[in-house]
Amino acid sequence: MNAKKIDKIAVGFLYAMAGVIVLILFSLLAFILWRGIPQISWEFLTTPSKSFQTGGGIVIQLFNSFYLLILTMLISTPLSLGAAIYLSEYAKKNLLTDFIRTIIEVLSSLPSVVVGLFGFLVFVLQWGLGFSILSGAMALTLFNLPLLTRTIEDSLRAIPLTQREAGLALGLSRWETVNLVILPAALPGILTGMILAAGRIFGEAAALIYTAGQSAPALDFTNWNPLSISSPLNVMRPA
Amino acid sequence: MSKVTIKELNLFYGKFQALHNINLPILKNEITAFIGPSGCGKSTLIKSLNRMNDLVEGCTISGEVKMDDENIYAKECNINLLRKRVGMVFQQPNPFPMSIYDNIAYGPRTHGIKNKQIVDELVEKSLRKAAIWEEVKDDLKKNALSLSGGQQQRICIARALAVDPEVLLMDEPTSALDPISTAKIEELVIGLKKDYTLVIVTHNMQQASRISDKTAFFLNGKIIEYDETRKIFTNPKKQETEDYISGRFG
Ligand SMILES: Nc1ncnc2c1ncn2[C@@H]1O[C@H](COP(=O)(O)OP(=O)(O)OP(=O)(O)O)[C@@H](O)[C@H]1O
Ligand SMILES: [Mg+2]
Repeated sequence: MNAKKIDKIAVGFLYAMAGVIVLILFSLLAFILWRGIPQISWEFLTTPSKSFQTGGGIVIQLFNSFYLLILTMLISTPLSLGAAIYLSEYAKKNLLTDFIRTIIEVLSSLPSVVVGLFGFLVFVLQWGLGFSILSGAMALTLFNLPLLTRTIEDSLRAIPLTQREAGLALGLSRWETVNLVILPAALPGILTGMILAAGRIFGEAAALIYTAGQSAPALDFTNWNPLSISSPLNVMRPA
Repeated sequence: MSKVTIKELNLFYGKFQALHNINLPILKNEITAFIGPSGCGKSTLIKSLNRMNDLVEGCTISGEVKMDDENIYAKECNINLLRKRVGMVFQQPNPFPMSIYDNIAYGPRTHGIKNKQIVDELVEKSLRKAAIWEEVKDDLKKNALSLSGGQQQRICIARALAVDPEVLLMDEPTSALDPISTAKIEELVIGLKKDYTLVIVTHNMQQASRISDKTAFFLNGKIIEYDETRKIFTNPKKQETEDYISGRFG
């Protein structure tokens, strides 16, 4: 057989493999859409679910998901950003910072069930926060911090050294250079990282079962007092 | 008159000594050129004039660099102020990824000039001094990265001039550019002499002889010879200098 023929066979084989994967994904998606779309209605999305009978909607679940997502991002973005700026701009390369990086690496590979159990023990029991949105958001923060820090650090590092030199050579201080030159230049990368992180948080379930609880109280969407148990804004209620 | 005076400067990268006992005056309103083979310490010396070496871990320095009468390595020296007074242009053009206008306005704004009209004037003045105003004046909102390399380098010169430095350091500013852009930059550098003190590192012997007033020839971290450019190129005192400029090594 000559090289050309082998090449053709290999390409055909790769096409076939790719085709199988696309086919599987496509049929899954088609099935979900085919069964699901007829069920989705404005009412389904905007009414609470019902216990002990069929029907009802998912408004509470939907709201809780977004609420958790926003809270988690609010807590984890400043933390990650600070850590990433420290690691990429200020940290000297030594044993301590190597150690910190290793820890981040290890944390990022924790299974989410472990994070959930940790959250259960620490936030729910130890700190007495109970099954609550807040416990959930903090567990998700733990889950999210390492990867978010990594992606932000990577996007900061991707900005060439020459940009830092340019800022410093103009007489900007280290902080001004980071703040006014590096961060804006890295912003697209940071945003991408945040969006990916948001996707992960939104799809996370295991860590929440142990921290945010499994059933939400009846929410009253006209009650915006964050201290009331039936208010959607209350962070101490279960979700 | 000497604007910057380097006295008994020794510089180490870790254990490696990159500069040996450098003594050199840099005269006001003149162009001083540093020449010498690769790795001989030209960039290291030019970077120690605005303390960019501080960024390098393990870099230690002894000796003195006096600007006017102030030792820039003294403890009380304000580094940010020093770098504002001693501007720098790098080998690779490195404009910020933003509009031409913002590139120039950036330094002055961060240093506290907020009045839009004053900033506008500064931008125009700096771009004119860097001989690029005519090419970009209708397009100041354009991203600086979309310009050609030669234009970008002139933007960087304008950016450095906008913070009103007294000394301008240039480390091989034309080595990434074509001959036409190079000629433009050489011409503009000569024009800057009346307002600024300039130091330029170059590998291009013709460039050094065309534009500089004084030339220092480096070898292995030492200054072998320093004199008027004309003398260095027509009648060098040291054999090594002659060998280098006539292209026998380096
Ligand atoms: N950050 C650094 N850490 C350690 N050694 C360095 C560092 N920067 C430069 N050196 C060393 O110092 C010496 C002088 O380097 P320098 O960059 O000043 O040379 P140069 O004359 O500018 O060369 P070129 O013409 O190639 O730019 C070289 O031997 C180089 O290896
Ligand atoms: Mg160099």
